[in-house]
Amino acid sequence: MTAPAIELKGISKAFGPVQANKDISIRVMPGTIHGIIGENGAGKSTLMSILYGFYKADAGEIWINGQRTEIPDSQAAIGAGIGMVFQHFKLVENFTVLENIVLGAEDSALLMPSLSRARRELKALAEEYELSVDPDARIEDIGVGMQQRVEILKALYRGADILILDEPTGVLTPAEADHLFRILEGLKREGKTIILITHKLREIMEITDTVSVMRRGEMTATVKTSETDPAELAELMVGRKVLLRVDKAPATPGATILQVRDLHVTDDKGVERIKGISFDIRAGEILGIAGVAGNGQSELLEVLGGYEVARGEVLMNGEPIDLSGSKSDGRSRRRRGIAHVPEDRQREGLIMDFAAWENVAFGYHDDPGYQSNALLMDNSAIRADTARKMERFDVRPPNPALAAKNFSGGNQQKIVVAREIERNPDLLLVGQPTRGVDIGAIEFIHQQIVALRDQGKAILLVSVELDEIMSLSDRIAVMFDGRIMGERLPSETDAKELGLLMAGITDTGRAHGVGEVEENLAHAGGDAAKEV
Amino acid sequence: MQKMPAWAEVVLVPLISLILAALISAIVILAIGENPWTALKLMVDGALGSTYGWGYTLYYATNFVFTGLAVAVAYHARLFNIGGEGQAALGGLGVALVCLYIPWPHWSLALIGATAGAAIAGAAWAAIPAFLQAKRGSHIVITTIMFNFIAAAFLNYLLVGPLKPTGSMDPATAGFPQTTFLPTFQDMFSFGETVLFRGTPANVTFFVAVAACVLVWLIIWRTRLGYEIRAFGHSQPAARYAGIGPTWIIMITMLMSGGLAGLMAINNVMGEAERLILNSVEGAGFIGIAVALMGRSHPFGVLLAAILFGFLYQGGAELAFWTTIPRELIVVIQALVILFTGALDNMVRMPLEAIFGRLSRPPKPDRRSAQSEPSA
Repeated sequence: MTAPAIELKGISKAFGPVQANKDISIRVMPGTIHGIIGENGAGKSTLMSILYGFYKADAGEIWINGQRTEIPDSQAAIGAGIGMVFQHFKLVENFTVLENIVLGAEDSALLMPSLSRARRELKALAEEYELSVDPDARIEDIGVGMQQRVEILKALYRGADILILDEPTGVLTPAEADHLFRILEGLKREGKTIILITHKLREIMEITDTVSVMRRGEMTATVKTSETDPAELAELMVGRKVLLRVDKAPATPGATILQVRDLHVTDDKGVERIKGISFDIRAGEILGIAGVAGNGQSELLEVLGGYEVARGEVLMNGEPIDLSGSKSDGRSRRRRGIAHVPEDRQREGLIMDFAAWENVAFGYHDDPGYQSNALLMDNSAIRADTARKMERFDVRPPNPALAAKNFSGGNQQKIVVAREIERNPDLLLVGQPTRGVDIGAIEFIHQQIVALRDQGKAILLVSVELDEIMSLSDRIAVMFDGRIMGERLPSETDAKELGLLMAGITDTGRAHGVGEVEENLAHAGGDAAKEV
Repeated sequence: MQKMPAWAEVVLVPLISLILAALISAIVILAIGENPWTALKLMVDGALGSTYGWGYTLYYATNFVFTGLAVAVAYHARLFNIGGEGQAALGGLGVALVCLYIPWPHWSLALIGATAGAAIAGAAWAAIPAFLQAKRGSHIVITTIMFNFIAAAFLNYLLVGPLKPTGSMDPATAGFPQTTFLPTFQDMFSFGETVLFRGTPANVTFFVAVAACVLVWLIIWRTRLGYEIRAFGHSQPAARYAGIGPTWIIMITMLMSGGLAGLMAINNVMGEAERLILNSVEGAGFIGIAVALMGRSHPFGVLLAAILFGFLYQGGAELAFWTTIPRELIVVIQALVILFTGALDNMVRMPLEAIFGRLSRPPKPDRRSAQSEPSA
C-alpha cells in the first residue's frame, strides 16, 4: 500500500484561549482531490497554515509521503513539495507573469538565466495542463482567472506535488471555475495531490474524491464524496439540519418604489463603470443583480446609497433624488427611506473598533431618539436599543459593549442587517448579504430579507453568489461590463443561462466577438481583483 | 475578546514603560559618574517636594495639557497635528493683541478675551493646513511642520518690527497692562503669613486647562460631532457610507486642535511672561505629541502625562542646577520616556498580553469568535 501524500496526526493549535484546531487527523492519498469544508472560523485556514509553515502546531505530527516532516516555515513546505494558492493572490501587480513566477526562486544573482529557464518550463506546463498564460503580460493587465493560473504555475514551478487551494472559486465566473476544475483534474491525472478548501457544497460534490468536514476546530467527519450528499455535509458543518433553499411565498408586487433611468457612472480615472442602466423595483419584491464582481454592481449600490456621483435619473417614490453628490450623501438617502447593507461590512458597514452599540447608531446617530438634548447623545438609550435589536436578531454574544471586531462574521452581519432593517425602510439595498457568513446565519439573514419584502418593501439584492440570487430574488437582472444584459424570472432560467449572461453573451446571439468577451472578462476580473 | 483587563492597559503598560525608561536613565547617569539615586531624589524634591517645585511643575504641565490635547483631538480623526508649536506661537500673538490693544477693566474679562484671541489665532493657523488636506490632499504632517517654521519667521518679523515698542532693544512686545495680569497660585493660595508657591509661574490657567480636558472629553465621547470624528478616524470608507463628510470633519477637528494649541499662550504669554517674546513656546508643541501618545489620546491620560512631563522639566532643571549633570542629560531622560511610552509601547504590551492570556481561563466554546481565527 502506498503511503498517504499527507498525513496529519493529532494536530492542535490554540490562539490564546481560542482552540482553532483540536486534535485533527487526516490522510490524503496521492493522486486524489481532497476537499476540506467548513464554516468560516471552523479552522480550515489555520490547519492549512500549519501545513504550509505559517504557524507551528502546539501538538501533532505532519507526515509527507510516509516520512515525518517538520515544517517550521514556508520554505520548508516548498522543499517538501507543498504549494499553496491563497484566496488573496500574492502577486506583484506591476511585474510580468514570468517575473512573478521566478520571484523568490531565482537561480542566481543574474535574472536572465532564471527567466529563460522559467519561460521554457512555463511552455511545457502550459501544454501539459491547459495552463496557458502570456508570460510577458503584466499581472495588473490580466483577469483574476489568469492570475489564479499564475499562482498555480508558481507552485508547480517550485516543484509542488501537493497543491493546496484556499477558496479558489470566490472570484471566478462559473465558466472560469469550470476551467479551473479541468486544470485540477489534469493535475490529478499526472499524480498531483490536491487539497481544496471551500465552503461551497456544490464544488465539493463536483470535483473531490474525499471530503473532510470541520466544525469549531474539530474534524467532524471524513467521507468519500460519492457516498454523501449536500444535505448531509451541511448538517455535518453546522451541527443541525439546515434549510438549503429559502422558503418564500410568491411575491405580490405593489406600487413602483424605485425607478432608475439611464444611469451612468464614471470613476476617478475616467473609466465608465455603469453605462446607462434602467430598471424599476416595486414594493414587495426582491430584484436580484447577478454578475461577476467588478461589473458595476458596487457602483450601483454606492450611487443609490448616496456616496458615488452619477448621471441619469433616479426616482424614489416618484420624487427625483440628487445624484450629483452636492446636495446628498448617505445621510440624506436614509432620510428618503433608503437603507443600505453595504457589500463590505468590515470596511464600510461597521467600525470594527467601535462597540456594538456605537455601530447600531452608525449612520443614524442623529436620530432624535438617540439624543439627550441639543448637545449630548443619549448613550444609554442607544445601548438599550442595541440590546433590543441584538435580541431580535439573535446576535451572539448579546453584549452591546463588545467591539464589532470581536463578533464572528455572521454576527457582525446580523448587527448591520438589524440596524438597517429595523429602520423600516421603503427600499433596502443589500450587497453580498452572506459573504463570509456561516450557514446558520445565512438562513436567518435570508429569512429577514424575505420578511421585509412581505411587509411590502422594495429590495435590491446584489450578490456574486448565483445560488443566493436564484433562491432569493423575484426577478433577476444580470450585469456585465456596466450594462444590464437581461432580466429573467428565477423560475424560467437556470445557472447556465445566467452564467452566459454574466460573461456578456446574450440569447439574441453573441453581443460581442468571442475575443472581445474574453478581454472584457479579463478587464472586469482585473477590476474585481483590485477591489480586493 | 479583551486581551487584557482595562486597568492593565491604562496603568500597567505606561508604568512599566516608565520604570524601564528610569532604569536606562540610571545607567546613563552611572556611566557619567553620578549617583542615580541622588539624582532621582533631587528631581523628586525639586519638582514635587515643595509648593515651589509644584508651582513650576504645574506651570509646565499646563502648557503640555493644551498642546497634548491638541494632538489628541486631531488623532481621534487620525490627523497628526505636528504643528502645535506654530499654533501655540500664533496663540501668543492672539493673546498679545487682545491684551495690548483692548483696555480691560479686570483680569477675569481679559482672560475670557485672551482665551478667545488665543483660540482663534491658533485655529486660524491650523485652518490652512487643514484646508489643504481636505481639499487638495496635501499631507497634514508635512504642512503643519512647515507652518511651524512660517510661524516662527512671522513672529520674528513682528517682534523686531511692528510689535516692538520704539526705542526698545528687546525683540518683544511691550509689557501687558496690569489689569490683564492673571492671578498666580501664590496670589490664590497664600493666606496671611503663609505664602505658598512663592515666585512660581503657575497661575489660574491651570484650571482652564483642567476645564479644557473635561470639555474635550465631553465633545469626543458624548456629542454627535465627537462620534463622527472618531468614526472618521477609525474608518474613512465607513464614514463615507454613513454620510459623514470628510471635509467638514477634517476642518472642524483641526480648528479645535489648533485652538487648543493656541490656548497654551494664556499660560505662558499672559500668565507668565506678561508680554510676547521670541520663541515663547520653547518646544512645548512637540512635547504635546509625546503627552498625547502617553495619555492614549484620552483627556485624562493627557492631564496625567502632562504632569509627568512637567515633573521631568522642573526636576531636570533642578538637577542641572545642583549637580554637575549637564542639562543635556535631561533631554536624554525625556527622550527615553518618550521612546518607551510612545514608540516602544508594544515591547511592553505584547509580553503583558501573553501573561494575561495565560492567566485567563479558556472561554466557553460558543464564545469563539471569527476574529481570533486568522483569516485566510
